[in-house]
Amino acid sequence: MPKPILEVQELHKHFHTAADQVVKSVDGISLTIQPGETLGLVGESGSGKSTLGKTVVGLLEPTSGKVVFHGQNIATARGSQKRELNRNMQMIFQDPHASLNPRFRVGDIIAEGIDAYRLARGQARRDRVAELLERVGLHPDHAARYPHEFSGGQRQRIGIARALAVKPQFIVADEPISALDVSIQAQIVNLLKDLQQEEGLSYLFIAHDLAMVKHISDRIGVMYLGKMMELADRDSLFMEPLHPYTKALLSAVPASNPSAKRLRERIVLHGDPPSPLSPPVGCPFHARCPAATEICVRYIPEGKEVRPNHWVACHLF
Amino acid sequence: MNVTSTKLDQPLDHLFHPVDRSQLADQTLAYTSVPMWKDKIRKLVRNKLAVIGLALLLLIMLLAAIGPSLLPHSPSAQSLTQTNLPPSAEHWFGTDDLGRDVWARTWAGARISLLIGFAAAAIDLIIGIIVGGISGYMAGRSRFGDRIDSILMRIVEILYSIPYLLVIILLLVVMKPGILTMIVALSITGWVGMARVVRGQMLLLKQQEYVLAASKLGTSHAKIIFKHLLPNAAGIIIVNLTFTIPAAIFSESFLSFLGLGVQAPIASWGTMANDSLGVILSGQWWRLFFPGFMISLTMFAFNAFGDGLQDVLDPRSHQ
Ligand SMILES: Nc1ncnc2c1ncn2[C@@H]1O[C@H](COP(=O)(O)OP(=O)(O)O)[C@@H](O)[C@H]1O
Ligand SMILES: [Mg+2]
Repeated sequence: MPKPILEVQELHKHFHTAADQVVKSVDGISLTIQPGETLGLVGESGSGKSTLGKTVVGLLEPTSGKVVFHGQNIATARGSQKRELNRNMQMIFQDPHASLNPRFRVGDIIAEGIDAYRLARGQARRDRVAELLERVGLHPDHAARYPHEFSGGQRQRIGIARALAVKPQFIVADEPISALDVSIQAQIVNLLKDLQQEEGLSYLFIAHDLAMVKHISDRIGVMYLGKMMELADRDSLFMEPLHPYTKALLSAVPASNPSAKRLRERIVLHGDPPSPLSPPVGCPFHARCPAATEICVRYIPEGKEVRPNHWVACHLF
Repeated sequence: MNVTSTKLDQPLDHLFHPVDRSQLADQTLAYTSVPMWKDKIRKLVRNKLAVIGLALLLLIMLLAAIGPSLLPHSPSAQSLTQTNLPPSAEHWFGTDDLGRDVWARTWAGARISLLIGFAAAAIDLIIGIIVGGISGYMAGRSRFGDRIDSILMRIVEILYSIPYLLVIILLLVVMKPGILTMIVALSITGWVGMARVVRGQMLLLKQQEYVLAASKLGTSHAKIIFKHLLPNAAGIIIVNLTFTIPAAIFSESFLSFLGLGVQAPIASWGTMANDSLGVILSGQWWRLFFPGFMISLTMFAFNAFGDGLQDVLDPRSHQ
């Protein structure tokens, strides 16, 4: 196995709220990403996906645990090493309207990292911006425009160009297609795949349902209340989901093929996920789990590799 | 790559197949371009009350500048033969008990009121942006940042609970009453409101994804503060100013009326109103009416303009 580009080890990110309560938004997550690989991450809203993504790229400081990039702990890097790590890990955001400063021209938005890292100036900077605009399917003339003149999908392309500008090796894409129309979603996914092949990028691709990560992911992780419930190769997760929560998520993915339909019975989850402020004792999913038993109420299940490269945290296995 | 697409047939699958380059582009501008500021001015002009407010403000400022020179009377010239005259062609606003022209004194007073209002607001603005900005930017950044934030906010809370009347009384122990004393007194407690507004904006804006993106892209703290945060907070800061300036003007009038502010013989709307208290019963209505009316008109003009500006500049008011 090649050396992973990213290793996340037992990562915790807890927030203290005003009422002195603790939210364990990320509660002991471990994962690795190989060079050129895409790890899809799904989970309901509030399960801690964004917090994990932001902690991984260093926008948030972990409460405990480690993020190791190319063998280097990002928490202990200093000076130019730290800048280099920062440059190599970029992020694409969910909201195409909130992720671009309304007062900046598109050219200056895209060049923000170029300026900060002094990668180019003057004519070279303009050329690089034009090249990036074309790279993401926009027109070089768009550099002089303001974000409000663009559609959601186009704004997302601008956000992608901005991240690409500093030539990162790894990008966290935090629900980059959730706010877009279905036809536009496919365009953006295709663009990201295309860029991945040409630039050799690795992605942590976040979405709130499995249909969105299916086409881009090599492996998929399923998160629930800050914990990883299942992590497996894309195909084995789709064909042989193990965790009851994954099965429930999968049953919500529309299947037009009757044989696929027969394979999956529809499992409807009742109620909302419990509040992360007062997570249940035992398995976080037990209250909504159709297969919950006594042990699930008492003990938190450990992650187990039940098949090669197929991890699940469930007492059934 | 497409193995599962065929295995797990789905309605959308055809959209996710590799496409040729030309289909990867999306180059038509979605919206026609109207510069943001033009759009905002258009919105403001459509608001009648805001336009009236602005027109009145400009008129008051113009008259403060040139009003006294429209009549051949100086605001301080006394004339024992011309005392207590009602409004006439020669004295548009009448005269007071020392024979001074009330028109000239009203606009001389406007200068004082506007000077104190703008000066106090400018000091509030500077201290408020610095303290609120540091507090909001540092909060949640690290343990040290939280410490700074809570120390600054503790100071703000303490000052917020002290009435400015108490401050000026204490100040008068060490300073002579007058314009400077009043500006200092109003600023000591006045900036906390602006600091709270700026801090709130900082906390809100620094969570915005474009600010996170900027910090991820290695943009310096100074650039994030001055290029991303403050420009996007400017609208709400300006709106807040349209409420702090009239508040300072009113405080000036009130303090001068109580005799704690501007001292005779300098004219101010507050001292003029105070001077006229004894004579209002004997029918010399113009002595109280004109300064009182100007205070009210100024308050109205600022509030009308401020409300209109808020609709345009404060994104929260659209929701
Ligand atoms: N800055 C913060 N302060 C306090 N709680 C937070 C903060 N950010 C996220 N949370 C909480 O952490 C949990 C996970 O949030 P998030 O990571 O945004 O989930 P997701 O992206 O999966 O929807 C939520 O309950 C949220 O309220
Ligand atoms: Mg999220």
